Amino acid sequence: MTKVSMKVNGKPVSGEIEGRTLLVSFLRDTLGLTGTHVGCDTSQCGACVVHVDGKAVKSCTMFAAEAEGCEVTTIEGMANADGSLSTIQQAFQDHHGLQCGFCTPGMVMSAAALLAETPKPTEAEVRHYLEGNICRCTGYHNIVKAILAASGQDVGDIGGDAIAAE
Amino acid sequence: MPKDHGIGASSKRREDKRFLTGKGRYTDDINLPGQAHAWFVRSQVAHGRLTGVDTSAAEAMPGVLRVFTGADFEGVGGLPCGWLVTDRFGQPMQEPGHPVLARGKVRHVGDPVAVVVAETAEQARDAAEAVEVEIDELPAVLDMKAALDPDAPLVHDELKNNLCYDWGFVEENRAAVDAAFETAAHVTTLDLVNQRLVPNAMEPRVALGDFNPATEDSTLYTTSQNPHVIRLLMGAFVLGIPEHKLRVIAPDVGGGFGSKIFHYAEEAFCTFAAKQLKRPVKWTCTRSEAFISDAHGRDHVTRIELALDAEGHFQALRTETHANMGAYLSTFAPSIPTWLHGTLMAGNYKTPLIYVNVKAVFTNTVPVDAYRGAGRPEATYQLERVIDKAAREMGIDPVEIRRRNFITEFPYATPVAVEYDTGDYNATLDKLLEIADVAGFEARLADSKSRGMLRGLGLNCYIEACGIAPSQLVGQLGARAGLYESATVRVNATGGLVVMTGSHSHGQGHETTFAQVVADMIGIGEDMVEIVHGDTANTPMGMGTYGSRSLAVGGSAMVRATNKIIAKAKKIAAHLMEAAPEDIELKDGRFSVAGTDKSVAWGDVTLAAYVPHNYPLEDIEPGLEETAFYDPNNFTYPAGVYACEVEVDPDTGKVTVCSFAAADDFGNIVNPMIVSGQVHGGIAQGVGQALLEAASYDDYGQLLSGSYMDYAMPRADDVPFYRVDHSCATPCTHNPLGVKGCGEAGAIGSPPAVVNAVVDALQRAGHTGVTHIDMPLTPSRVWAAMQG
Repeated sequence: MTKVSMKVNGKPVSGEIEGRTLLVSFLRDTLGLTGTHVGCDTSQCGACVVHVDGKAVKSCTMFAAEAEGCEVTTIEGMANADGSLSTIQQAFQDHHGLQCGFCTPGMVMSAAALLAETPKPTEAEVRHYLEGNICRCTGYHNIVKAILAASGQDVGDIGGDAIAAE
Repeated sequence: MPKDHGIGASSKRREDKRFLTGKGRYTDDINLPGQAHAWFVRSQVAHGRLTGVDTSAAEAMPGVLRVFTGADFEGVGGLPCGWLVTDRFGQPMQEPGHPVLARGKVRHVGDPVAVVVAETAEQARDAAEAVEVEIDELPAVLDMKAALDPDAPLVHDELKNNLCYDWGFVEENRAAVDAAFETAAHVTTLDLVNQRLVPNAMEPRVALGDFNPATEDSTLYTTSQNPHVIRLLMGAFVLGIPEHKLRVIAPDVGGGFGSKIFHYAEEAFCTFAAKQLKRPVKWTCTRSEAFISDAHGRDHVTRIELALDAEGHFQALRTETHANMGAYLSTFAPSIPTWLHGTLMAGNYKTPLIYVNVKAVFTNTVPVDAYRGAGRPEATYQLERVIDKAAREMGIDPVEIRRRNFITEFPYATPVAVEYDTGDYNATLDKLLEIADVAGFEARLADSKSRGMLRGLGLNCYIEACGIAPSQLVGQLGARAGLYESATVRVNATGGLVVMTGSHSHGQGHETTFAQVVADMIGIGEDMVEIVHGDTANTPMGMGTYGSRSLAVGGSAMVRATNKIIAKAKKIAAHLMEAAPEDIELKDGRFSVAGTDKSVAWGDVTLAAYVPHNYPLEDIEPGLEETAFYDPNNFTYPAGVYACEVEVDPDTGKVTVCSFAAADDFGNIVNPMIVSGQVHGGIAQGVGQALLEAASYDDYGQLLSGSYMDYAMPRADDVPFYRVDHSCATPCTHNPLGVKGCGEAGAIGSPPAVVNAVVDALQRAGHTGVTHIDMPLTPSRVWAAMQG
C-alpha cells in the first residue's frame, strides 16, 4: 500500500492505496465521490472523464498514484459555488441532454474541457470532440445542442423539434 | 402557444439536477457495512462437459471467504422462463433447465461456472484466476440452420434436438396464403439477416445482496427495469423466499433497453450468498463481462415473400424465420420472435393473408431476449425492405406503393390477431414528406454528385404494438404473468402528494412526466407531486417498464388512483361547504359549488382528511390515499414514417447519414421534449444497427466483438441532428390519457430507412444488381456490393 495525496474539487485529500488502484477507483471507493462512473474496461466510453490539472482525462486509464500532487476536478466540483448548476450543466437540463444520467458526468466534463479550448465550437467540432464519450440514450442530438447552447450559440431551430398539436 | 405546465408542457426534468451534479444513486454507488465482493468464473469455451472445478488454490488466497460452484446450488431452482410458446402442432416448446451456476455442461462463452467471494473485489478477482476449471470441449453449435441438422450436437442433452419450437401463425391461414402466391401477378422474395446486437446500456449490471439474520429478511439492490418481477421470479422459482421476506430495490438505473428486464443468475447468486455468508455480497459487472452475460437482442434469419397484384396491391405475405434463443431461455425470450413479431407483420397495410413461420433454435451463444423494440424491429425491417424491393421490381414509386396499401379505416382487425384502434398513416406520411423536404432531394442529389458522392433517399413506415399488455390476451398466448400496472396516490395533510408507481424509470423521466399528469388533473403545481418507484417495499405490485408501457399502462393506473382521490376529496369538500358532492367542481386546485361563489382550497380538503374534526366520518374514512390497478383491454399502436438520406463514398463504401426525419403518431403527449428525446435515442440505436453494430461469433463460439474496441457503438460523429415531429396524433381510444407510448419507435422505424437509402444510392449510381445488403452496412460490405 502506498499513500497518495492530491487536491480533489479544491480540497486536499489523501489515502492508502494499492499500486494498481485506478484514479476512478480512488475517487469512487476511497473518497466516495460516486458521480464519476465506470461504463467500460477498455477506456472507450468516457463515463469516467475528470479533469486532472485542467485536462480532460479518463480516470479509468490513469493510476491514482499518477495523480499525486495534482488538482483533480470531478462532476461533484462543477456546480457554482452557491450550488446552482453551472452554465454547461444548466444547458444540459434546458436542452434535455441527458436521460439515464450514467454517461452524463463524463459528457459534462468533456464538454467543459472542449469549451475551455474552443469557446465557440462548430457542430462538427463538438461531435468530433465527443468521440470518446458514448451515450446510449440520447442519440447525441440534445447533448450536442446543449454544448452549442452553453457556448452561447443560437440553437433555436435545430431539429425542428416540432411540438405536438394542442 | 406551448403550455408551460401540466399535460402537454415540455417541463424540465426534475431528475436532472442529481445526475448533473454527481448525486445520482446507482446500484454500484451503494455500499453496505461488512460488504464482501463476488467475482464470477465463466466458461471460456462455448460448449463442453464440465468434468471438474478445483477451488482449493483459490480458497487459500488472501481475503477469500468462500468459492461457490454449481454443487452449492443443488436443490436451488433454476432461472425461470416467463413465457410458454405452443408450436404449430399444438405442442409446448422444449424448455431446458437454466441453472444459476453451470452443472454438467457449459453452453456458451460466459456461462458462469464458479464464484469467488472475498473481502475486496480485487482479492476476488485475483482468486478467480486460481480456480481450475476442467472442461472436455465439445463442438459448438452456432449456425441456426446447421443446429437443426439431425446429426448436430445437442446444446441440451435432455432435449430431443436443438429446436425450441416451430411456430406457425396463423397456422389455419397457411393453405390460403400458399394459394394466393400461386395466382399472384408478382412475387418479391428477400433473404435477410437481422443481426445479433448487444444492448449496451451504459451502466453495467450490478447486484448487491443483503441478509438480516435477526429478521431473516433478504434485500437485493439490482439494476432492474422491474423490481417486482425480479422479486417474484427469484423468490418463488429460484431461492424459495416468500415475497414478504424479500425486498428488491432498483434505484437509479443507467439505461435498460430491455436488457435489465430479465432475471439474471448474478442477482440470485448475490441474494443466496448473502444469506450463506451472513454478509452483504456485491457483484459489479465489467463491460467485457456484460458482453458475454447480458442477454443479446435480435438475431433472426428470414426469408420473406410478398405477393402482389398487377397494380401493386399486397395480396399475401409469407415469412420463414430462424430465431436464435442462445444457450438458455432468457426470461421472455420465446415471446419475442412470436407474439411480438408475428402479430406485427401486417404493418400499416391491408394485406389480407399472412403466414409467419418461426423456428426458434438453441445454440452455444449468449441467450437472446428483448432489446429495444423486441420483435417489432425485426418485423418492420423485413416488411419495409421487401416492400421497397417490390416497388423497384414493379416500377412503382416507394411512397405510392405504400399509400396504395395503407389501412385507412379503424378499428382494423389484421389477419395476425391484433386490432388497431386508431391511426392516420397518410397524415404521418404527408408530414414526413414535408419535414424531410423530399421535394428538395433532387437538388441535394445533384450537389452530392458534384462532389463525387452517391446519394440515396430511403423511407419506410412502421407500426408497433405497445402498452404491453392485456393480461387475459397474453395469458392465452403463453405469458406466465399478468401485465397490468399499479399506482398508489398518497396525499399528505398539507396537500402535497406522493405517487408510488409500479413502473420504473431508467432514463425515461417518469419523475417529471408522471408528476405533470397528476398535477394537471388536480390543478396544483408539479412541485407538489413526488414520484416514488423502484422499491418493492414502498410501491404496489407492478410489472415495471418495457414495451413502451409506462404511461399507457402505468399512467392509466395513476389516473385511476387520482380519480379516486378526486372523488373522495369532492365528498369532503361537499361536507365542508354543506353542498351535494355532485355539485362540487375541481378547477385549478380549488373545489367550488357549481353556480355559487363558495369554494375551498385543495389544502383545506386534504387537511380535513387527516384532521377530521369537521368530517363526515359516518360516510367516509379519514385519510386520502388510493391505489388502482389498470389492465389494458388492447395494445396501443404507435405508427409513423421515417426517412433517411445518405451519401456513399464510391471509393470506400463508407456511408454517411446526412439527414434523418421521423414523423410519429404517439397519440396524446405529456411532455414533447421527453418524447423527442426518446425518438432521438431510438434512431441512433437503429442507425447503429443499420451501419455499425454486430455481435459476431467465430466458428468456435468465441465472441469476436466483445468490447467497445470491437463492437461499434454509434458515437456523436456517426449521426446528424434529427428532425422529429409528433403532431399527427390520433389518440388511443382505450386508455384514459389517449397515449400510445414512444420508447421504442425510433429503434423500430429507423433501420429499414437507412438500408433503403443505401440501396437507393447504389441503384441511382447504376449498381442495379444491388437489391439488398445485410446489416451492418459497413464500408467493406457496401464496397463489395458495388464491385458486384
